[in-house]
Amino acid sequence: MTVLPLSRPVRRPGRVDRLAMLGGALIVLVALSAVLAPWLAPYEENTPDPLHSLDPPSGAHWFGTDLAGRDVLTQILYGGRTSLTIVVAVLTVSSVIGVTLGVVAGYAGGPVRDVIMRITDVFLAFPALLLSLALAVVLGPSVTTAIVAIAATWWPWYARLAASVAASVATRPYVDAARCLGVPAPLVVLRHVLPNSLTPVLVQVSLDAGGVILTAAALSYLGLGAREPVAEWGLMVQQGQTYFTTNWWVVTFPGLAILVTAFAFNLLGEGLRAALDPRRVIK
Amino acid sequence: MIEVRDLRVRYGTRTVAHVPELDVGAGECVAVVGESGSGKSTTLMALLGLTEGAEVSGYVRVCGVDVLTAPARRLREIRGARVALVMQSPEAALSPTTRLGVLMRRALVLHGVDAGERAMAEAVEAVLLDPAILRRYPHEVSGGQAQRFAIALALALGAEVVLADEPTSALDVTVQAEVVGVLRRLRAERGLALLLVSHDLALVSTIADRVLVMKDGEVVESGPAARVLAEPSHPYTRELLEALP
Repeated sequence: MTVLPLSRPVRRPGRVDRLAMLGGALIVLVALSAVLAPWLAPYEENTPDPLHSLDPPSGAHWFGTDLAGRDVLTQILYGGRTSLTIVVAVLTVSSVIGVTLGVVAGYAGGPVRDVIMRITDVFLAFPALLLSLALAVVLGPSVTTAIVAIAATWWPWYARLAASVAASVATRPYVDAARCLGVPAPLVVLRHVLPNSLTPVLVQVSLDAGGVILTAAALSYLGLGAREPVAEWGLMVQQGQTYFTTNWWVVTFPGLAILVTAFAFNLLGEGLRAALDPRRVIK
Repeated sequence: MIEVRDLRVRYGTRTVAHVPELDVGAGECVAVVGESGSGKSTTLMALLGLTEGAEVSGYVRVCGVDVLTAPARRLREIRGARVALVMQSPEAALSPTTRLGVLMRRALVLHGVDAGERAMAEAVEAVLLDPAILRRYPHEVSGGQAQRFAIALALALGAEVVLADEPTSALDVTVQAEVVGVLRRLRAERGLALLLVSHDLALVSTIADRVLVMKDGEVVESGPAARVLAEPSHPYTRELLEALP
């Protein structure tokens, strides 16, 4: 018996996308600078110096100082700890809850989908800040409160996205084929529906990183999230916005930290999309 | 291997498939022919107990299991392991994020069959495929290779019955011949019972022992393939034959 050779050459995903690598490298850099803040920061955290209030960038203070005379670079390095913690925690919690419920709803359909989607609608019907306020009243203002409050209003979007994608995936022939092979429903979901539904959710998660930082900033501004003396990028932007026209460095540098981090997450998301889709060949 | 009596599949008040009698023994090939929407594929899915939302009545026995009354667990045990389905779009029937080898290993492990490299290689070699295909993703193989892989999977699982739903309609002519050749050989060598759903009468004439002709959910004619295709008694069968190029 002659075995026929494979006719089509194998196409493998090539090198990891360069921009995605840049994104990953930037996230590692930001994370490292946050972790190593006590060693990297030129000054102690939260050391007010009224004599140097709103000093512009100089050799002594590379990123200038804020109203209290604190070194902006130091605050940014320490603030990265809080901001990254909030981003990672919110996106992890909300995506795990949202994707789990969404995929189950999308695959099961019928009454299961109806129940899960109506719960989702209830959460979406509440204005995010109102829900956050209510949670903050119960839990008390803190970074943890900010994380819980943002995650509580964030997961329904992932649930809806995952449900619509999973409902579409559930009708694909390979899902029918799996059922025809006797694969139990939980395994069909885990091995076929979930992996083929993840790509748009992961891209959305990566795009949301910047939004989470800014929402955390809004909560801090309302006194519901991070509060003085905790350093947090969003809080720094909120506090510095009054001085933007006269003392631009107070708001610009933390704003740039948010921008670079959000951009890095976006690049990484694009890379993840490529890695999870074996049909895409990266040149 | 397959025994069907008065099978009716209804969605609401509409009967989409009614098969009074259908028997397929070991080593036999029975073809169900008819145009799109005639109830052929629904009949196949009913044999696997996978007609969600439909009301199914009658008597359906596949590999000794009463499909309409057996518990879900019992049905899962025979799906794949004893009754395999070869689908119309071979590439679409394989999960795009899973390598073929992983797919095969998972199915073998699920049914407690030897999932060793050697066993998997033998299964794909039996359908004239290079074992290197096991390291590939579905988009990296041709339609004919994907279809033969589906048959290899059925073989590896030790299926005794193969339900083939338009197995060649998505393939070009030369690949069609390859797949038909593989099915014919396996039927002869391994005694596979083959239930073929097709609207391709040319294919049916080369492989089927008996034929059921369906129209609007009803069987309008049945009998030995040679007789039905040579001397059709129903006008619809004649229409189908006249439509042959």
